[in-house]
Amino acid sequence: MKIRNNIAVSDNGFVFNPASGESFTVNQVGLDILNMLRKGEKQEAIVQELSEKYQADTAVIERDLLDFEAMVKQYHLHQNED
Amino acid sequence: MKTNKQKLTIAVTGLNAIDSPGPGVAVIRGLLEAESFDCRIIGLAYESLEPGIYMHDLIEKTYHIPYPSAGTEALYSRLMQIHEKEKLDVVIPNFDAELYSFIKLSDKLKEHGIHSFLPTMEQFEARQKINLPEFGKKYNIHVPRSKAIYTTNEIHSLEQDYNWPLVIKGKYYDASLAYNNDQAKTAFNKISAKWGLPIIVQEFIHGTEYNVTGLGDGLGNTIAAVPMRKQYITDKGKAWGGITITDQKALDLTAHFLKATKWRGAFELELMKNKAGEYYLLEINPRIPAWIYLAVGVGQNIPEALTRLAMGWPTEAFKHYEAGKMFIRYAWDMIVDLSEFQQISTHGEL
Repeated sequence: MKIRNNIAVSDNGFVFNPASGESFTVNQVGLDILNMLRKGEKQEAIVQELSEKYQADTAVIERDLLDFEAMVKQYHLHQNED
Repeated sequence: MKTNKQKLTIAVTGLNAIDSPGPGVAVIRGLLEAESFDCRIIGLAYESLEPGIYMHDLIEKTYHIPYPSAGTEALYSRLMQIHEKEKLDVVIPNFDAELYSFIKLSDKLKEHGIHSFLPTMEQFEARQKINLPEFGKKYNIHVPRSKAIYTTNEIHSLEQDYNWPLVIKGKYYDASLAYNNDQAKTAFNKISAKWGLPIIVQEFIHGTEYNVTGLGDGLGNTIAAVPMRKQYITDKGKAWGGITITDQKALDLTAHFLKATKWRGAFELELMKNKAGEYYLLEINPRIPAWIYLAVGVGQNIPEALTRLAMGWPTEAFKHYEAGKMFIRYAWDMIVDLSEFQQISTHGEL
C-alpha cells in the first residue's frame, strides 16, 4: 500500500489530506507506519521493523498493521493501485 | 495588477456580521487590503443594528437604504442622494434578495459613474433554486432531483419518486431536513410563512459538503476559484470554521460552470460529494459568500478583482492559492454610544 503524495504528515503525528480538508492524529506507532508506507516499504519489512523497535510479537504487529491499513483506505489516504 | 494607485469610493451592503452573517464586513477587509488601489468604504445598511455600521476603522460612513420590497425606484433615488454626497465609484451588493434591484439598476447607475460587476438577469434567474433541475440539464452538471410544490398535499405524492429524508427549501433562504410526512409538512408551513411559495423539495444527497467561491469575467474565464470544506457548522448551517482544499474535481466543475454559463461576477457553489466521489451542485449563490476573507487570506483577493472588473480595468486570473489554511470566525462585543444608534436610527446615516 502506498500513501498519496499530497498527504501531509507532521513529525508529531498530525495528518492532513489537502484534497478533502480532513485531518487526523496518529500515535507514534501510527506515525512510524505512515512514514514507512510513504517510503514504499513492503508489509513484511514494516512488521519486522516495528517488531524490533517495540519488541512485540510479529503476529500482533501484523494484525495491527492490517487494521491500520484498512483505516488508511477508509479515509482515502492511499494511492489507488491502478 | 495596476501600479498607479487610484482612490476609489466603494459602497458595500451586507454589514450584518451576526450569527448568520452577511458578507459585507469580510468584503470590506479584502478591499482595504487591495494592493492595486486605495479605497474609502461607504456602508449601506437596512437595519440600525447591523454591526458593520459601528466599525469605524473599516467603514467611513453608513447610510440606510430601503428594503428590496420598496422597489427599485426607491433604491435608485436613495442611491442618487448618497452618490451626490459621496461620489461613489463602485457598489458591491451582497444579499441575494437585493440583487434583482441592483442588476436592474446597473446600467442606470453606470451612467452616473457607479460601477458594478453583477450576473446578468438571465444568469440570476437561471440559477434560482426553482430552476436548478433545468440548469443542471442544460449545462450537464449533476444536481439533486427536486420539485417545486405549492401545497402540503403534494408532499404525499412525492413518496413514489423520492426516498426519505427530503430537504425542504425556501425560495430564497432556509432549508430543513424532513424524515417523514409530518416533519415535511411542518417545515413547509414554517418556511412558506417566512419566504412564500413555492417550496422546493429536494432529494437528500449523503456525503460531504464543499463550497467554492470564485469570480467569472462574463466571457467564460475563471478569474478566481477557492474551494473550502466547512469544519464547524452552526445550527443555521453556516460555516464558523473552514479550511481550503485542493480538490481538482471541485475546481474542474467550477471551471466548467463558468465556461458553460459565461458567469459574470462573484459566486459561491454549494457542492455535495457522495461516497462514489461524484459532485452534486446543491445551490449557486450569485454573490460573494460571508467566508470570502479566507480566499483573500490564501492569495485570491476576490473583492479587489471584482472591483477591477467593475471599473473595466485589466484583471489577471489568479493561478494559485494556499491549501490547508483555515478560517475561524468569532463574535466580538463592541461598546457603542447611544448617540450613534440614535443618529443612524433617526437620520439614516452615521
